[in-house]
Amino acid sequence: MLITLLVSIAVISLISVFLSLLMVIADATIGNYGVVKITINEGIRDLEVLGGQPLLRSLQQEGIFIPSACGGRGSCGLCKVKVVEGGGEYLPTELPFISEEERAQQIRLSCQVKVKNDIAIEIPEELFYVKEFSTTVEKIRNLTHDIKEVTLRLIDPGEITIKAGQYIQFVVPEYEDLDEEVYRAYSVASPPGDATHVELEIRQVPGGICTTYVHEHLKEGDTVTINGPYGDFYLRESDAPIIFIAGGSGMAPIKSILLDMEKNANPRSAQYFFGARSKRDLFLLDEMKALESSIPNFSFVPALSEPLGEDNWEGEVGLITDVVRKNVSDAQASEAYLCGSPGMIDACIKVLTDLGVSEDRIFYDKF
Amino acid sequence: MHNFAIFFASIFTGNILLTNYLGMCSFLSVSKELKTSLGLGAAVVFVMATTTPLNWMVYQWLLIPFGLEYLRFIVFIIVIAAFVQLTEMALERYSEGLYQALGIFLPLITVNCAILGASLFMVIREYTLATSFFFGLGSGIGWALAIVAMAGIRQKLKSAKIPPGLEGPGITLVIAGFMAMAFMGFSGMIALT
Repeated sequence: MLITLLVSIAVISLISVFLSLLMVIADATIGNYGVVKITINEGIRDLEVLGGQPLLRSLQQEGIFIPSACGGRGSCGLCKVKVVEGGGEYLPTELPFISEEERAQQIRLSCQVKVKNDIAIEIPEELFYVKEFSTTVEKIRNLTHDIKEVTLRLIDPGEITIKAGQYIQFVVPEYEDLDEEVYRAYSVASPPGDATHVELEIRQVPGGICTTYVHEHLKEGDTVTINGPYGDFYLRESDAPIIFIAGGSGMAPIKSILLDMEKNANPRSAQYFFGARSKRDLFLLDEMKALESSIPNFSFVPALSEPLGEDNWEGEVGLITDVVRKNVSDAQASEAYLCGSPGMIDACIKVLTDLGVSEDRIFYDKF
Repeated sequence: MHNFAIFFASIFTGNILLTNYLGMCSFLSVSKELKTSLGLGAAVVFVMATTTPLNWMVYQWLLIPFGLEYLRFIVFIIVIAAFVQLTEMALERYSEGLYQALGIFLPLITVNCAILGASLFMVIREYTLATSFFFGLGSGIGWALAIVAMAGIRQKLKSAKIPPGLEGPGITLVIAGFMAMAFMGFSGMIALT
């Protein structure tokens, strides 16, 4: 009896050891691609990495974060990167996410492309500055019944270099039914001048993974991981008058831009149209009023689409598109910055082009 | 002659998917597109045709001499997993074309029950080494045939009107049932032993 037991243990162990040895040897020979070179943007940066890993991982280990929502499983299609040379053929796992146009430009999913030989890629330069930060929650406060303002203090690294209007990704840890980390993008509401803090405005979306986490689980003092900054939604250098339009938590990037304008005493003339349903959806009114006097040429126009009787609202009433049309007469020289839901943005773009703003001067952040 | 009988029997009369209902998970999830199901089918053919005789050798030359037949489940699984992993690594390194066509599907079928099933049937039915190979090959082809047929039907289904409650896995299982019944028409033609 004892003998049988020992023999069976010995045989199983032998087989396992033999196969593991085989795997180790294979890993060191077949799976060993040696050190390979990743050339980024025609040599602006060169990385030497161990081959055999997905491009997304290799870049991450070198501190370059490509935005990705699923963490490299090939299901979100966000981690697109232009691979100029050495990426091999398209894999069937990439094709559902790549359009014909992108195919012609050699855009690939970086989580699927394996780095097996020297490879040349092109990425937006801003991604060089993207880092991962560990932070603690300094303050959570309610802005409205469904929007919370979350202030994060950066721990490591302790400072962030960001342009007003850009966004970061919030890493949601495993909680309740969520069995793996996910990332969600949020615009930063604090100005770049405050490099040690990141302030987010997060509206509760029923069933939303991150919003539920923030609204129901996150407490002051908790640790949060973020990475960023990302995005090309920031104020362009020019003298053109500015039209800002936002709705709901679309306030965040505009607030950051405005605080930055205040700090630099930016003399550009600016109008900010903010749309909400009723008075309970409005927030930061006092702060905006204060900015009207501290920014040289700035005016704030809040508008309610469905004011309630008890609101005693005396300001603008109507859809934000109608309010913009009513208050802006000649916008040919203007630049526009929009942040809000896709439906709102598409409607606003139409109105703005009607008013004479050329489409290449309309910048927006859809969420 | 016996080997050929087994080969055809394992494709049609004893189709491992449609008569034993093994390998259902990948059958249901990867049968949406004809092209991917062809790739997966080919990978299964390859892995079954190789691991069944491989496990035969392990069983006859290692487990039986030590009197350890009862360990075959765990041993077969380890052997299949290691073999599939090695094959994938080799393909990835040396043959981009084959890796494209087969390699990316290999991790999906490492723990496919049809593959373990083929090895276990080979033991129960006391096949010889050569017969094991033909049985593995035939079972693989039978599995591939079933998934490709299913993918063909599902591509047609895209334009069909299906009751909302039956969409997706529901209708697929119903169709799999019909296919199994159709394959029953082959039963009794050739025996699997």
